Amino acid sequence: MEGIVGYGAYIPRNRIKVEEIAKVWGADAPSYKKGLMLEEKSVPSPDQDTITMSVEASKSAVKRAHIDPREIGAVYVGSESHPYAVKPSGTVLAEALGATPEAHTADFEFACKAGTEGMFVALGLVKAGEIKYGLAVGADTSQGAPGDALEYSAAAGAAAFIFGRDNVVAKALKTYSYMTDTPDFWRREYQYYPQHGGRFTGDPAYFKHVMGAARGIMDKTGMKPPDFDFVIFHQPNGKFPFRVGKRLGFEEKQIEQGWLVNKLGNTYSGSSPLGLTACLDVSKAGDKILLVSYGSGAGSDAFIFEVTKKIDEVRDLAPKTRELLDENKHYLEYGEYAKFRQKIKKAN
Amino acid sequence: MPTPSRYWREIPQRYRLEAQKCKNCGVVLFPPRLICPECKSRDFEDTKLAEKGKVLTYTIIRVPPHQFVDQAPFAVGIMELDDGVKLTGQIVDCDFEDLKIGLRVKIEFRKIFEEGGSGILCYGYKFVPDM
Ligand SMILES: [Zn+2]
Repeated sequence: MEGIVGYGAYIPRNRIKVEEIAKVWGADAPSYKKGLMLEEKSVPSPDQDTITMSVEASKSAVKRAHIDPREIGAVYVGSESHPYAVKPSGTVLAEALGATPEAHTADFEFACKAGTEGMFVALGLVKAGEIKYGLAVGADTSQGAPGDALEYSAAAGAAAFIFGRDNVVAKALKTYSYMTDTPDFWRREYQYYPQHGGRFTGDPAYFKHVMGAARGIMDKTGMKPPDFDFVIFHQPNGKFPFRVGKRLGFEEKQIEQGWLVNKLGNTYSGSSPLGLTACLDVSKAGDKILLVSYGSGAGSDAFIFEVTKKIDEVRDLAPKTRELLDENKHYLEYGEYAKFRQKIKKAN
Repeated sequence: MPTPSRYWREIPQRYRLEAQKCKNCGVVLFPPRLICPECKSRDFEDTKLAEKGKVLTYTIIRVPPHQFVDQAPFAVGIMELDDGVKLTGQIVDCDFEDLKIGLRVKIEFRKIFEEGGSGILCYGYKFVPDM
């Protein structure tokens, strides 16, 4: 059965703490930490972007899949921070892996859902028999406007998945999508920072679509919350995944392993895919995993995976996600962070 | 600064460390050449450089060429890869006090520089500590 044959994660080593951002804007750090359930977030170095993180995550996925990159027939990068406005990220990724020239490549965009969109399409092409392997990456180096609530959460990271038919580490049992036109968050052309609808980003946006997708996929498969060992919801802040999980009837212990946001921040297109990599890192044969992304605008993709015994052979072939999150951290002060993120105006 | 065409020509080396090995004397050439500088042979096989190695020597650049000014100060070193090939490159994600000869390093894919505010983005290999 078709599913994931290899996966990989990448998280930059730089971090900034909520306190460090709050003190610059005169904000109350404890209330942000409690309100958003965030402690710190990852920050890319000036020489890192969606492309470089996608390459590193994908190299780990190739190692775990143990395949010849020339057999990858589709290369998809989902991001809202593609480095070029015009010129694909996927071509650089495919070239860096050695997957050119016989591959279909596209960059996906749908706010934080772009990563799972690529996964959805790559899996579909494998199921249709059009390609042997399909690579999909969710990666972002997103920015919040200085002083905006988003600045405390907008982070950087990437997760990559290779789909195939044989030797899968996790069978894809079902996919399901749920979407409507909902203007909860947007960025117009030539605008540097996004705008959002404040509280409107909650019930009619995140909760409606995540719950719609989760209920839809469980209805289609006849599965119930207790059937899952792990569940990953998109993580724009620390609170939303637990709140939506509770409303759907999941317990905290099903959510905790894939819940990275308190130390990672919101990696946008990488958010729920990175949660999936963290769950695969510790899963065992037979485990059932529910993944539900969310992208503003708005929609959710849902996947149900069943882990196979093959996972034991591959998980140690590349860095594990929680190692990337917890080890080799480098804390930035706000000034260095502002320089790294090009928030400082300079003379030309 | 490279033109897009020169950057494009170097992609196999910058992205994938593609090299060639002389079938006559065994020397590894990076970047590839038409004639082996050791034995004048023209007979090569394709190979890839090792992705791990150690620092042979390094220096800290404080006054760099203009396109690297934003990165200064930064470390540049000569690495000996595990296949014996010596390669120059930037060493990043490493505090200067931790940088030392013999440090184990590995390749990471990074942005090397941007051609101003509107030119191409140049990617390639850099070295990071191998934890
Ligand atoms: Zn020779």
